[in-house]
Amino acid sequence: MDNRYELNKNLAQMLKGGVIMDVTTPEQARIAQEAGACAVMALERIPADIRAAGGVSRMSDPAMIKGIQEAVSIPVMAKCRIGHFVEAQLLEAIEIDYIDESEVLSPADDKYHIDKTQFKVPFVCGAKDLGEALRRINEGASMIRTKGEPGTGDVVQAVRHMRMMQSEIRRLVSMREDELFDAAKLLQVPYDLVKYVHENGKLPVVNFAAGGVATPADAALMMQLGAEGVFVGSGIFKSGNPAKRAAAIVKAVTNYTDAKLIAQLSENLGEAMVGINEQEIELLMAERGK
Amino acid sequence: MTIAVLAVQGDFAEHEAMLAELGAQVFEIRERADLDRPFDGLVLPGGESTVQGKLLRELGLFEPIRGKILAGTPVFGTCAGLILLAKRLSNDDNVYFDVLPVTVRRNAYGRQLGSFYAEEEFKGIGKIPMTFIRAPYIESAADDVDILASVDGNIVAARKDNVLGISFHPEVDRDLSVHRYFLDMIRGRE
Repeated sequence: MDNRYELNKNLAQMLKGGVIMDVTTPEQARIAQEAGACAVMALERIPADIRAAGGVSRMSDPAMIKGIQEAVSIPVMAKCRIGHFVEAQLLEAIEIDYIDESEVLSPADDKYHIDKTQFKVPFVCGAKDLGEALRRINEGASMIRTKGEPGTGDVVQAVRHMRMMQSEIRRLVSMREDELFDAAKLLQVPYDLVKYVHENGKLPVVNFAAGGVATPADAALMMQLGAEGVFVGSGIFKSGNPAKRAAAIVKAVTNYTDAKLIAQLSENLGEAMVGINEQEIELLMAERGK
Repeated sequence: MTIAVLAVQGDFAEHEAMLAELGAQVFEIRERADLDRPFDGLVLPGGESTVQGKLLRELGLFEPIRGKILAGTPVFGTCAGLILLAKRLSNDDNVYFDVLPVTVRRNAYGRQLGSFYAEEEFKGIGKIPMTFIRAPYIESAADDVDILASVDGNIVAARKDNVLGISFHPEVDRDLSVHRYFLDMIRGRE
C-alpha cells in the first residue's frame, strides 16, 4: 500500500475520540481550540447559513483559510465541491491538513468524484451507507463521515446513516466467504474492500459522525452507535454560548457512556441552535454524490 | 501485568491492541474513578496534545496521574504523549506533566504534507519502522536523559528512569518492539 495513503489514514487515527468543529473566523478557530476541538473545518459560511442563503456554494477564500491556519496549532480542514479537483489542488497548494469533498457545497460534477489517489493531502468524504463509504475509500478517501443533513440541528439522518453502515458491516461479517463476491457486486465496490470489512468488522479507515449534531447528548448518541469521533458544524456557533457548548460536547465524546456526566454537561448550556426538521427541508444535501 | 491507557482522545485503541497482543491486561482511563484500579504502567497515546491536556485537567486526572509518574510508575508517551511528558515546549507556552527534562518542538515537521515514514535504529532494539504524523521532535535534552533514537539529527526517542517519550507512532505500525521494550522496562529488564 502506498506510503502517503497510510500516513493520511494515520492522521485520522489521531483525531479519534475527538470533535472537529466548523469555524468561519480565526477568532472562532481559537475558541474551538480552547474548547478542545481536535481539528477545525475552515469555511466562509457554516452550513445553516449556506442553507439559508441558497445559491451556489463554493470552496472558501484561501486567504480566509490561511488566516485560520495561522490562528491555531491543531489540524485545519477545508471543503471543496464534489468532483472539483482543481479546488482540491488549491487546498493542497496551501497545505491544508485534510480536504472534505463535501455535499454541503454545490456539487461541481454530478457523476464523478475526485480521484483522491492523485493527491498527497488526505480526504474525508461523506457516506450514507456502506456502499458509498467503500466507493469513496476506493477513490482514495482516508476518512469517512456520515452525511447527516448539515445546518439543520436535526440528528435523524446522521443516526440513520450510522445505523445503516453498522448493520451492513455486521451483515458482511456474518456472511460465508463465498457470498462476499455477490455482496461486492450488490454494493458496487471492489471485492478486496468487502473482504476487509468481512474480516475486520469495520471500515478500513476511521469513521466519524457528521450532520445535525447540536447537543452533548447528540454527540454521545453517535458515539454509542459506533462513530469514532464527531464533526459539529452549525451546532456550536449558531447556539447561545458556543464556548461552553463546544467544551461540553468534547467531554461528552470522551465519556460517551457516562450518562451522569453528560447530564451535568448538558445543564445551562443556553439555547441550542433552532434547527429545521427533516420534513421542512427543501434541499436534501445527502442526496448529492453517491 | 496491567497497563492503563489514557483514553480521553487519540489512538488509544491501537496501543491497547498491541499491548494485548504482548499479553498485558489493558484498561482505559477516561475519568477520575478509573484511576482507583491498580496498574503497573501507563500509556499516553497519540492525538492532539491541546485536547488531551485540557481534558486531563477538566476531568480531574492531571494531578493524580502526575503524582503516580513522580512516584515511579513507568509511563510511555507517543507523539502527543511526548508533548505531555516534556519539561518545556519551544513553540508553545503550555507545560503539562513536566516529568521528562527535554525541550520539544510541536508540529516540528510542519503540516500533514510533512508527515513521513522512516526506518531507523532504536537503541537496544535495532532498526524499526517509525511513522511521524504532524510529529514533534526533541530539540534538546538534559545530560541525564538517555537518547534512544534520532532521525536526520533530531532526537525522536528518549528515556529518563521510568519515563519513555517518543515522537513517532509505533502503535500504527505492525512492529511490537517498542511496546515490548516498555513492558521490559516495567519488569526492570531494560
